[in-house]
Amino acid sequence: MKTLKVVHYINQFFGKLGGEEMASIPPRFEDGPVGIGELITSSSHGEFEVVRTIICGDNYAAENLEEFKKVILPWIEEAGPDLVIAGPAFAAGRYGTACGILCQEVEKTLGIPSVTAMHPVNPGVDLAKKDIFILETGDSARQIARVVPQMVSFARKLVNQEKIGLPGEEGYIPRGIRINVRDQRRGSKRAVDMLIDKLQGKNFETELPMPVFDRVPPAEAISDLYEAVIAIGTEGGIVPEGNPDRIEAHNASKWCRYSISDLSRLEKGKYEVAHGGYDPVPANDDPNRVLPLDAARVCEKEKQFARLYGYYPVTVGNVTAVRSAEKYGKEIGEMLKKDGVQGVILTST
Amino acid sequence: MEEFILKRIRIREIEFGEKTEISGGVLSVNREELSDLLMEDSCIANVDLAIARPGESKRIIPVKDVIEPRCKNIDGQDSFPGFFTDANFPSGKGETLVLDGMAVVTSGKLVNFQEGLIDMSGPGAEYSIFSRKLNLVLLIEPVKGLGKHEHERSVRIAGLKAAHFLASYAKKISCDEEERFSVSSLDKLYKKAPDLPRVVYVCQAIAQGLLHDNYFYGQNAQGCLPVLMYPTELMDGAVISGNCAAPCHKHTTYHHQNNPIVEDLLKEHDKNINFLGVIVPPVRTALAEKERIGYQVFKLAQMMGAQGAIISEDGGGNPEADLMIVARHFEKNGIKTVIITDEYAGSDGASPGLADVTPEADAVVTNGNGNQKVKLPPMDETIGFVETVEHITGGHEGSLLSDGSIEMEIAGIMGSTNELGIENLKTIAI
Amino acid sequence: MGLPAVLITAVPPIALTVGANRIIRGIAIPHPVGAPQEEPEEEFRIRKGLVEKALKALCTSISEQTVFD
Repeated sequence: MKTLKVVHYINQFFGKLGGEEMASIPPRFEDGPVGIGELITSSSHGEFEVVRTIICGDNYAAENLEEFKKVILPWIEEAGPDLVIAGPAFAAGRYGTACGILCQEVEKTLGIPSVTAMHPVNPGVDLAKKDIFILETGDSARQIARVVPQMVSFARKLVNQEKIGLPGEEGYIPRGIRINVRDQRRGSKRAVDMLIDKLQGKNFETELPMPVFDRVPPAEAISDLYEAVIAIGTEGGIVPEGNPDRIEAHNASKWCRYSISDLSRLEKGKYEVAHGGYDPVPANDDPNRVLPLDAARVCEKEKQFARLYGYYPVTVGNVTAVRSAEKYGKEIGEMLKKDGVQGVILTST
Repeated sequence: MEEFILKRIRIREIEFGEKTEISGGVLSVNREELSDLLMEDSCIANVDLAIARPGESKRIIPVKDVIEPRCKNIDGQDSFPGFFTDANFPSGKGETLVLDGMAVVTSGKLVNFQEGLIDMSGPGAEYSIFSRKLNLVLLIEPVKGLGKHEHERSVRIAGLKAAHFLASYAKKISCDEEERFSVSSLDKLYKKAPDLPRVVYVCQAIAQGLLHDNYFYGQNAQGCLPVLMYPTELMDGAVISGNCAAPCHKHTTYHHQNNPIVEDLLKEHDKNINFLGVIVPPVRTALAEKERIGYQVFKLAQMMGAQGAIISEDGGGNPEADLMIVARHFEKNGIKTVIITDEYAGSDGASPGLADVTPEADAVVTNGNGNQKVKLPPMDETIGFVETVEHITGGHEGSLLSDGSIEMEIAGIMGSTNELGIENLKTIAI
Repeated sequence: MGLPAVLITAVPPIALTVGANRIIRGIAIPHPVGAPQEEPEEEFRIRKGLVEKALKALCTSISEQTVFD
């Protein structure tokens, strides 16, 4: 029987180095299994061989996540494993965070399959669930004798690249992601069948539960507009001609900023529409119809506010993933804040 | 009782030949005859024709529309009303001929980046029904300096002309299969099945400008209020697509002609439902228009006594506001509703998939996540311009790899997440 | 603390759904601050009006999502 090489990550407690008082110890490794690592070998009937165990203090890991990853990854790569197992972490938040982040990095950077396990409310879940599989456990480490074999049999499927089923079937925490699959019935038939069930008062299951969007409390209003620096920006993809930074027409991977400090308006031909989701003709004809620079300049001249910010941030909001948009909004906000802007006018198409 | 009869002539091979004719299931096309016909439009500088068959190592890109050759078998009447004859006669009644198994694909110089791709073999072919058709591709080159609106129009009309021209050669031969649909006025429907729930189908048709338009009886749907149609009108070209956004989920003219929701509702008609008809609303960009049109859709449904409805989306993003406006009206007034759409949940599937939501939308069918990434192998032949993949929806700078393979989202593959549900792709949560 | 931001959009319901707090109704999707059917002077006047409305919204204290008219 071919053995599968495993690197196992555990914290200072499972590494038999101590309790909370040892939570700040930096990472170190030992070749071979440590403590519960033996369970991995035994519950796999020798198929899984723990070739290296990496141990790190929970505080050290949680407070130094970048350093943690940087140090540990070469140790894993060097051991050449087929699989990485982290934890199980149960309800321990710092431990779960370290396990989740580590598995995420291992998959992303080394392309090695990984599995971890923890309680659904462990913060490590939300951080990593969309990128890795996290098996569900209760909150008590007393279940360890049951959980480790579960991790082993799930891991076997991953390594053998078997098809992984739904969370309920396989025992992993729902990942909050949606994947495409083929159904036996075409979409129109499923819609007609669903309507008939609904009309007949039968149970039906929607294929797309309505998503819930995050809410952010409104920021404080500007108290003195006369003194304020105002910025304008858009998701309508108004870019310099030729789209020099190649913002995509659809699902933009970036945002950019362009200088407007010596412009009183956007000239036709010098700016164009990169956004693929609306009729570009009116805005190509007059880009100020999407980014109102000309009007903002006149308001500035009339001293309605102190100064127009020298750049405009822009991206393309055409089926751009919400998570990307959140990221860009955050980065743009940080830039504006750093540059002393007090308020932003955005346009959307 | 009035009827609509769809006569299918099965085409099992297309080739170029001396004479345009259909014989023994083989469509032979005289290149000059067809290109001369299309070049009657002085905006077109050149027409090239190409054939792409299922299983061939061919890639067609950029694709604007796909049209199924259809024409009426009645003198003085025609399919694609409003384009070839005046719009003043009833679509959806009488005999219509269809060349089954083939399609006209319009391509050539890119009008704008909303156009898509069809692979005839390999993994890309799984994502498009058009990989299973014998495709006659029109590569249209516009005259120099032609504006985008005129370019789009010329290509669109050329596609319809070609589809109509080819179908007309079926007038002289017998058909392989006949489908008959009864066309009944509402009073007859109510009388025939008083106890079955009354259902309407609301078929969105986006009408938002260049490469985002649809045509009702030849009229650009911008400025139209919703239209009530018999289910068979759609089969006869009453709605023509000028919409390209986005390739994965926009309805091609083929999809309108072969609307699967109409087909599947008709299969249940007189069994589990009383299918009253189709309401086709344009989808506009301004909120006031969405609200106006949304109310008119509801008013029509209510006047007809609808008890249930399916609403299909055309496009993504702002049309979801229209879906929700209508769903709210319907559900609040006792019309049970199912929405059918697709989603953009990000390449990782972790983003919310729709731009607008409402708690009343509790019954939704999804035709897949358009952001899913695929890698398509190189094809031996490209019909069109493969480098446009870096500009089209679903593609990005660097999409085209040096060996000719393509990394892109399925958003760029024609019909991959078709919102009428002609495919069987679905998204599930894990 | 965040920066007050106002969104000019032709589809306020979507902006409300995704959580924008200060919202102004724009003219149309392809030209939220444009009115190509008008004469240029009138179009500019309309655009300036929207920008001024936006500035006013930035200076208005709100406790919940608001579509300003």
